[in-house]
Amino acid sequence: MVLESGREREQRQVSVVPAEVLSGGAPAVDEPVRRPAELGPRARLWPSLVAVYRAQLSRARVARIPLLFVATFQSVGILVMMRGVVEGGREAESVVAGSAVLVVAFVALNLLAQYFGQLRASGGLDHYATLPVPPAAVVLGAAGAYASFTVPGTVVTAVFGCALFGLPVTHLWVLAAVIPLAGAALAGLGAACGLLAPRPELATLLGQLGMSAALLLGVLPPDRMPEPVRFLRDLLPSTYGVEALARTFGKGPDWAYVGVDLAVCAAVGVVSLAVATWAYRRAAVR
Amino acid sequence: MAPAVRPRDEVVCAVRGLTKTYPAVRGRRGTPATPEVRAIDDVRLDIRRGEIFGLLGPNGAGKSTLVRQLTGLMRPDTGSVEILGHDIVRHPERAARILAYLGQESTALDELTVSLAAETTGRLRGLDVRRARSERDAVLDELGLTAIAGRPLKKLSGGQRRLACFAAALVGERPLLVLDEPTTGMDPVARRAVWSAVDRRRAEHGTTVLLVTHNVIEAETVLDRVAVLDQGRIIACDTPAGLKEQVAGEVRVELVWRERAPLDVPEVAGLRERAAESGRRWTLRLAPEEARAVVATVTGGAAFAALDDFTLATPSLEDVYLALGGAARQGLVRT
Repeated sequence: MVLESGREREQRQVSVVPAEVLSGGAPAVDEPVRRPAELGPRARLWPSLVAVYRAQLSRARVARIPLLFVATFQSVGILVMMRGVVEGGREAESVVAGSAVLVVAFVALNLLAQYFGQLRASGGLDHYATLPVPPAAVVLGAAGAYASFTVPGTVVTAVFGCALFGLPVTHLWVLAAVIPLAGAALAGLGAACGLLAPRPELATLLGQLGMSAALLLGVLPPDRMPEPVRFLRDLLPSTYGVEALARTFGKGPDWAYVGVDLAVCAAVGVVSLAVATWAYRRAAVR
Repeated sequence: MAPAVRPRDEVVCAVRGLTKTYPAVRGRRGTPATPEVRAIDDVRLDIRRGEIFGLLGPNGAGKSTLVRQLTGLMRPDTGSVEILGHDIVRHPERAARILAYLGQESTALDELTVSLAAETTGRLRGLDVRRARSERDAVLDELGLTAIAGRPLKKLSGGQRRLACFAAALVGERPLLVLDEPTTGMDPVARRAVWSAVDRRRAEHGTTVLLVTHNVIEAETVLDRVAVLDQGRIIACDTPAGLKEQVAGEVRVELVWRERAPLDVPEVAGLRERAAESGRRWTLRLAPEEARAVVATVTGGAAFAALDDFTLATPSLEDVYLALGGAARQGLVRT
């Protein structure tokens, strides 16, 4: 089926032996077949991305549910805790936005870093590497699924926070942009950490550190932070998701600033997902 | 089907001078230093169309390293791999479009249901949704997995999980199947399902199979040809029957002692230096007359009281491996 002599399309290497002689019974044992066979189809980007995304989503049913609850409980707990400290106003906006985006950091950054770290260490990447699937489909499919995992927890946290601190829920629809864009940025970072870390423990460590940074620098109101810490905060991609969401709680939000914050998330997302794709390619073939 | 006159002679996979050396690792706290290891040493192979070609060797012989290089997962230091006319060393990404690989790890699929694992793998092999689903259904049915199609792989027994991974490897037809110990942990029914699925594909499509195994019984029963690998080198390559002919003059005698060997019996003491000892078990490779004499000795007289069990067998591929100078005394299994 593969070596049909009438169908070879290209003669990559010029053989000095005519094909008739080879197929006519010359002992072909010592010389490799000279005519390249037709290759199987390559999986295209979109269909394979969708297939990976769907498969990853279904994993939540089997594996991830406990951790998704943990992500939400953690953020709700922080809200309750901060209620005793923060009265309202801008500080409350920061706390609610920070806690909501923290769910994204927990799942997309921390859990995805762990997942890819373990997959790489256990040899699970071989499965994908021996399928004709574009590396970007594997990375984007997994990142997209992890970003999707954050939706319920983030929404629950934001709504609960608004109720607790008496903030308006009018503009919470902006989560529809914040979750995918902050999700892309943080999932990209998580995937890159998981695929680049030489050992799975390191991937877990990097994911945890990233989440801790998002917690400490994202939830606390920035006004009281010392200058170097505020600089660190500006380096963290989750900060821009927090800022974008926090701005929409006020009266008459400045949508231009919201847009700029979200654009930063998007840019970080593009860069980090590109790095993660490169890291996947590197990890798959050693 | 290919109109070739002698399809069995067509070389599907040609390997020449393949070498891979793992660099020395300097010791750190907690981990001792390891010297440079030559995992694959100047390997030359021809795998022909439609055959089940085996790589047999104990753990650590280099089987998996060799397979990783054939599947484009690892670049060799030197040498060439050509599969169906494609240079896999230069274009490792083409391997995925020519062959299906069943590795030893299932972590990528563990949290999926059997059905979704097979369907997703088919889609990632370039099939459209409808095709992937119909092939999935056909393969699950063929392997008797339909009843557990909705269960996640990690909830299955080791053998069932292996069979589910094998199913995923079959969705999206490929001319070459590379199977790394596919039947590990499987019961006889599942094994039979695997080999009849392989046979059907050979008969219908001329599919070629590269099988990695350390199970000598399986190697003897399913392989057309086998390469025996030891410390990265191929020490023999022939049909199982051809290899066994090399040690045809020998008989394997296995003696199992109740507690320990009765070394006070002079005949037994004399045998000791020719026996491979493993606990209470002595394995001897002898000429047929010698074997008869040994059996007569141990089944009569003083030695018999100390004897728990004995077997007399014609040589297996394990004996071939040892006779060829295979270094590992353990590592090949007979199950």
